[in-house]
Amino acid sequence: MMTTALAVLGVLALLFGAILGYAAIRFRVESDPLIEQIDDILPQTQCGQCGYPGCRPYAEAIANGDDINKCPPGGEATVRKLADLMGVEPKPLHEEAQNAVKKVAFIREDECIGCTKCIQACPVDAIVGATRQMHTVIVDECTGCDLCVEPCPVDCIDMIPLIETAERWKWDLQAIPVRMVEAD
Amino acid sequence: MQSLLEQVAAGLLWRFPGGVHPPTRKAELSKKPIASLPLPDKLYIPLRQHIGVAGHCLVHKGDHVMKGQPLTLADNSMSVPVHAPTSGLILAVTEHTSPHPSALPEPCIVLEPDGLDEWREREPMHYPRCSTEQLLERIQQSGIAGMGGAGFPTHLKSAVQQHVELLIINGVECEPYISADDALMQEQADTIVQGIEILCHILEPKAVLIAIEDDKPAAISAMQNACDGRQPWYVRPVPTKYPSGGEKQLIQLLTGREVPAGRRPIDIGMMMFNVGTSFAVAQAVLHDIPLLSRIVTVAGDTLQHPQNVLAPIGTPVSDLLHFCGFQPERPQRVIMGGPMMGFTLPDLSVPIIKTTNCILAPTQQELPAAGEEMDCIRCTACAEACPASLLPQQLLWFSKAKDTEKLDEYNLFDCIECGACAYVCPSEIPLVQYYRVAKAEIREQQREALKAEQAKARFEARQARLEAEKLERQRRNEQLAAERAAKQSASAPDAVAAALARVKSQQQQTPGDLEAIKAERERKKQQARERQAEKTEAPADSVSATDPRQAAITAALARAKAKKQAAATSDSERVQSQQTEPGQTATESVETAAANEASDPRKAAIAAALARAKAKKQAAASASDNGQTEQEQAKPAHTGAAQAAAEPAQTAAASEASDPRKAAIAAAIARAKAKKQTEARPAPEKAGPEEAKSDQTDPASAPDEHIAPTEQPSDPRKAAIAAAVARAKARKRKETELK
Amino acid sequence: MSFRIASSPHQHNQKTTSQLMLWVVIAALPAIAVQSYLFGYGVLVQLLLAIVTAWASEALVLMLRDKTILPRLKDHSALVTAVLLAVSIPAYAPWWLVVIGTAFAIIMVKQLYGGLGFNLFNPAMAAYVLLLIAFPVQMTQWLPPAALQQHALGPLDAVCAVFNQASCQGLSLEQLRQGVDGMTMATPLDTARTDLMMGLTLPESYQKPLFQGGVGVGWFWLNLAWLAGGLLLLQQRVIQWRIPVSVLGSLALCSLIAWSVNPDTNFSPLFQLFSGATMLAAFFIATDPVSASTTARGRIYYGVLIGVLVFVIRSFGGYPDAFAFAVLLANMAVPLIDYYTRPRTYGHKVVKGR
Repeated sequence: MMTTALAVLGVLALLFGAILGYAAIRFRVESDPLIEQIDDILPQTQCGQCGYPGCRPYAEAIANGDDINKCPPGGEATVRKLADLMGVEPKPLHEEAQNAVKKVAFIREDECIGCTKCIQACPVDAIVGATRQMHTVIVDECTGCDLCVEPCPVDCIDMIPLIETAERWKWDLQAIPVRMVEAD
Repeated sequence: MQSLLEQVAAGLLWRFPGGVHPPTRKAELSKKPIASLPLPDKLYIPLRQHIGVAGHCLVHKGDHVMKGQPLTLADNSMSVPVHAPTSGLILAVTEHTSPHPSALPEPCIVLEPDGLDEWREREPMHYPRCSTEQLLERIQQSGIAGMGGAGFPTHLKSAVQQHVELLIINGVECEPYISADDALMQEQADTIVQGIEILCHILEPKAVLIAIEDDKPAAISAMQNACDGRQPWYVRPVPTKYPSGGEKQLIQLLTGREVPAGRRPIDIGMMMFNVGTSFAVAQAVLHDIPLLSRIVTVAGDTLQHPQNVLAPIGTPVSDLLHFCGFQPERPQRVIMGGPMMGFTLPDLSVPIIKTTNCILAPTQQELPAAGEEMDCIRCTACAEACPASLLPQQLLWFSKAKDTEKLDEYNLFDCIECGACAYVCPSEIPLVQYYRVAKAEIREQQREALKAEQAKARFEARQARLEAEKLERQRRNEQLAAERAAKQSASAPDAVAAALARVKSQQQQTPGDLEAIKAERERKKQQARERQAEKTEAPADSVSATDPRQAAITAALARAKAKKQAAATSDSERVQSQQTEPGQTATESVETAAANEASDPRKAAIAAALARAKAKKQAAASASDNGQTEQEQAKPAHTGAAQAAAEPAQTAAASEASDPRKAAIAAAIARAKAKKQTEARPAPEKAGPEEAKSDQTDPASAPDEHIAPTEQPSDPRKAAIAAAVARAKARKRKETELK
Repeated sequence: MSFRIASSPHQHNQKTTSQLMLWVVIAALPAIAVQSYLFGYGVLVQLLLAIVTAWASEALVLMLRDKTILPRLKDHSALVTAVLLAVSIPAYAPWWLVVIGTAFAIIMVKQLYGGLGFNLFNPAMAAYVLLLIAFPVQMTQWLPPAALQQHALGPLDAVCAVFNQASCQGLSLEQLRQGVDGMTMATPLDTARTDLMMGLTLPESYQKPLFQGGVGVGWFWLNLAWLAGGLLLLQQRVIQWRIPVSVLGSLALCSLIAWSVNPDTNFSPLFQLFSGATMLAAFFIATDPVSASTTARGRIYYGVLIGVLVFVIRSFGGYPDAFAFAVLLANMAVPLIDYYTRPRTYGHKVVKGR
């Protein structure tokens, strides 16, 4: 009796073990989706201000327990989303770079010497130009990561606030300048 | 079960949910004839007045243009041109306050009428003999965009493949005050009907439905007369209710059908045009008159003569208002558009554009400003008024909470911003404003997400490329090393000792080189700063030195210094003595460099450039009273340069292979220098530049994959910009087309 | 010249919130008059107490919450809560009852949830339920209608009664509650229920003087007055028809079915509609926009739910009148109702999430 029970249990255990083992292989999730999710939240500026070489490495670090508040370009919104995703309390950003205006790099072209240093620094290939030829920033591709400013030997790169256009305007009626015109 | 067409023919009307009945205040205005505005002093014609992209500006300051002459070139389907409303002189192409709620400046052509009103040559068309393409081309080139308010290019809307069952002509001006279309129908019914016939020729609809609100009996009878029993054309009075003039609402009202979310009316076989648009089409095709003017309702109690005015496109609002006897209050609200959907203007220089149907200058009693926003009491008056059956108050909560997902779930983007909800809100909550902000925010987020995705892709592509390059370099290095090793083992028995010596010499050389580059960079930065300072100050008065730029900098610095110290000593002396110095130093150093010229021309070029840079720095330093340190600073550079020049060729090759970047930088610097100097310097000093140029012939060493297509080697800078601009433009166009 | 920037629409045409609230109070005036005529001036005293308490507690909380006080007091929402609670309380209930109730309604039920527009429950009804559960004796001490009162009470007596629980002549509330026949009086609903429990059939119970005319002296007129006020609100578009119609309709339908099955033990539809707080609740309480459903269809479900709940509680529950409970229960169901009754947006086939 005892032996039958043991045998039955043993067979059952083996069977379920086999099913589980098969399921683990058959339905294996390809990569850690958490990293993907985190990576999707990060702003992909690839600026490296978090201390990691790009957004994806930082995403991996967060998945492994790093702080979620190391991404100044993402700002508070990113921290909040990360907190939601990771189920932790949102922390304030490390730096005071909160609510920063969106900026893009701008090369003062008459001062550019064509050294290509900024091209090499740009993580998203948003600067075009060749050696000894003037470089220029593709505004639409620039993520505003700031990485090209430092390497420039002649300091000809500025970070300028993105020009507001009617399409991007956020209906801030208070900000409309009212020009005073004397009635004639 | 009757078909839709039969039902329509039977005169059936449906209803749409919600809606409000604001006082229309149109009776007086619609009885007055349309007034013609005398030509204003200046016309401000925005380059873009429609949905889409602006055309290329064809005119320049000082050009004389004829009436009807296109001012911009519509070179793609998303753009329509703007035309000169009258003949005159182009005063400027500049930024001007845009007729947009944001009032952000947009590019604008400023035209000063010459008063002659001379036409360009016109080519009227006989449309029954024209192909659809020809007609569409004419409509596009006449700059016609939807005149009901949205400004969607008419040629795009008409160029459809689908079959059009019902052509609806929208004569429903549901907003209070506005009677521009009413006046047009009363006075120009025949032309409107001709326009409809042309549209029918293009679209071949099964029936035409002309919808007019039932509070405009004069317009209804005028249109009925003009239609003159054409079949199957129906002039259909519709009940007066706001916003029955909205495209989707009018379709629901006339046919009981709904345009599916995210689709267009053509998807359910319908096409809608404003009466103003069909008038413009008739003018363009039959008389080759492009869209040069439009009827604008100018209303409000601050005006002595409120009326409908035929105004040229580009007329500043102030001209219109003053024409109608404007007596402003303080503070005055001037609204472009109707009281429900219009926007207030920050100043009156804003021009009339193709989509402007009304200018409203009400008194405070007439349209009192909204009171203080109170808490929502969930009374659902807004939900009852919403023509799209949305739940405005829920949307309000979610907008305040910035809950994007919920906003999407509750269909925020189906809101047509008609303002009915805010109109009835007892708590005077500016609901529409909240939705606009939320919409803008969501659009921005979507843009950001798209951009992040692109950035990620680019980043990954770059990483892959760098990796490949690294491998390639490694492979090449190994190959070179192997070759060298083979050569050396053949020539020298003690290879190890030689290698050690080489390494040693390299180590000696490298710090000096690095330092030199650092110094160079430092100098450049300083120079840039100086240049900025120089820009702010007045140019130097007396420049007698060999290099005018250096002298200018020196002078500027000296001036700054002098100012700072406020010294009593005569600074003219000092300036002069300093001005002579840099020239000499520069000459010296260049000579040194030339003398040091070794077997490797590149090395020499670097040395020359560095030396020159040093010299410049010295000059600058001496100018800023740092004479003592100058010699110390100069020394390492000289020795470095000398060493570099004296280095055996082998080492040079090795160092070049390991660090081509450095060489490239130096060469670039040298070249930039050379270019500038050749302009100012006399012949004997050309040695340096010549060598730097020879360096240019070796582009293979440049570690650069980004070489812009340089068709014009004479001016590579311009080419690079052009290429970048072209690429960005192409991408943008692709984006708009995708949309 | 300076310009004013504003967002569209630039035109507004609707009563403001405070006007809406004021209309509710105005519409309640005839019923208040009838109530004070029929049940004594105590109603006015209670009203005064409730209004003062409501304003005071609203101001206090707003001050603590650092909000502007005057504009929010001027929205008259506290006034409405006070009026509705005061008319629900027995006219000669002790003064502290209404003070506690109103303070609870404003502070706990309304402001602690976030103030006007954020409260989940109808403040007046939540307070009523609190009082009913905490002070059942005081809350059920309704005086007989004036016509049946043994001792007539003047306005001064009313004040004395509310503050001292005795008239100025020294008659205790217990004595005052005795009817002409010397019996202590209760509301018709209460009496009928008690009689039913005691084995009497309803027709037998209706023989009592309280039920003159079959519905209950005074209560019929009072309900008529509330109905009149409600119609005024409808006419002024302060409230929409859906909630009152569905409340009254479902209540009438349920009672009609029950009554036709057994008229001896079930109230007639007429009795249901015109006794107790039926009309008050249907037009003034269930229609409170803040705690009611916010979709057109949802409001019908909400009203039907209240009607059915009232019928169930009146017929089978332990409390004589049931509107407070029914409304609170329906309030709880509002988020659910709202979620499942979202209207179909133009151009969309089915509502997502269903």
